[in-house]
Amino acid sequence: MKTVSDALLAHPFFAGLNEDYVRLIAGCGENTVFKPDQVIATEGDDANEFYILRKGRVAIQIHAAPTGTALLQTLDGGDILGWSWLFPPYRWSTEAKAIQQVHAIRLDGKCLRAKCDRDPAMGYELMKRFSQIMVQRLEATRLRMLDLYGKAEHS
Amino acid sequence: MNDPLLPSRCTIRSRLTHSEDVFTLELDTPVCYPAFRAGQFNMLYVPGAGEAAISISGDPANTGSLLHTIRAVGNVTHLLHRYGGGDRIGIRGPFGNSWPLTAARGKDLVLVAGGIGLAPLRPVLYQALAERDQFNRIVLFYGARTPADILYADELMAWKAQGLLDLFVSVDTSTADWTGDVGVITSLIPRAEVDTDNGVVMICGPEIMIRFSVNKLRELGFSRKQIHVSLERNMKCAVGFCGHCQLGTQFICRDGPVLPYNKVESFLLTKGF
Repeated sequence: MKTVSDALLAHPFFAGLNEDYVRLIAGCGENTVFKPDQVIATEGDDANEFYILRKGRVAIQIHAAPTGTALLQTLDGGDILGWSWLFPPYRWSTEAKAIQQVHAIRLDGKCLRAKCDRDPAMGYELMKRFSQIMVQRLEATRLRMLDLYGKAEHS
Repeated sequence: MNDPLLPSRCTIRSRLTHSEDVFTLELDTPVCYPAFRAGQFNMLYVPGAGEAAISISGDPANTGSLLHTIRAVGNVTHLLHRYGGGDRIGIRGPFGNSWPLTAARGKDLVLVAGGIGLAPLRPVLYQALAERDQFNRIVLFYGARTPADILYADELMAWKAQGLLDLFVSVDTSTADWTGDVGVITSLIPRAEVDTDNGVVMICGPEIMIRFSVNKLRELGFSRKQIHVSLERNMKCAVGFCGHCQLGTQFICRDGPVLPYNKVESFLLTKGF
């Protein structure tokens, strides 16, 4: 079985990152499994972790009264779940729920924040990577706002 | 069909409704209508209203009928929306060039479609799957607005179940019974394992989706030359006379609708084109 270090080293999110840093980050990580329908994170709760999804689909959703829960996006194996651990007030802004059985690496945000504070160069590397994820999600949100497949399109 | 500007009469054999505004008309192939190639389009004529350029969405090997999947967005297509089996319309075609399927033989074939943009790529799937051993991986990324808007769903699922293609479908807005992916289709592109050194990409859909898909594909390692897109412009004559569909130095109706991305990128990024 792959160690957390091996899994992180093989993950594109950590590509190009100094191996020592990856091992340091892996020290804050553990393998975890979620059952289908299990809530991984609750909106408003403290965000002291993020997840490297290895396998299985996760729904990112938000409670939007009175219409109910709105599914914003799904994430799958290879995706990163959660960036709220990196920014005050460290609270989840959405709910994350397993759609299928999910295998993931849980990384402890408090542990990582402490390591980043001690080594800002590593913190900067992590911040660059999370910024990239956020840019991708922002682009995706903009595209969806355009209602791409609405009326004016190819026929 | 000798005069390309003269429509032939044609009978609608059947009609299939996909959603509120999307439907497929199956037309009896007119006498003297030549075989079409994947990616080509016809001009469908509604007497008294005019013509609309519609991609052919059926199997090129089926010469008995012509399938057109249409979205009711304009005057002509709204009228066609009312038509059904037994009604008669006019048809000119087939026009335009075709997808470079021959160039994809022996390689990975990657298709990216958005919304009704799957229709012009469906003939590619029919052809490629009929000669499945001629291609390496066949991957389809398909984005739709909602689960109900997914075109040809049964067919796609059957092909996937048979292991004939890798299928990635995403919807913008889900429903309670949807267990698939939610989000823009471009975010699924990195999930596929494709041979970027030995692959051909074909994209059809809204132009902004094309641009963002190309960005993702280039991040994976595809070059602009490996990527081919089908474009839609205001096609009128369909034979390169009138200039309504001009894009730079090219007429989309005659030189396209399928074009290598490196030849159109600068125009797609220019306001007004």
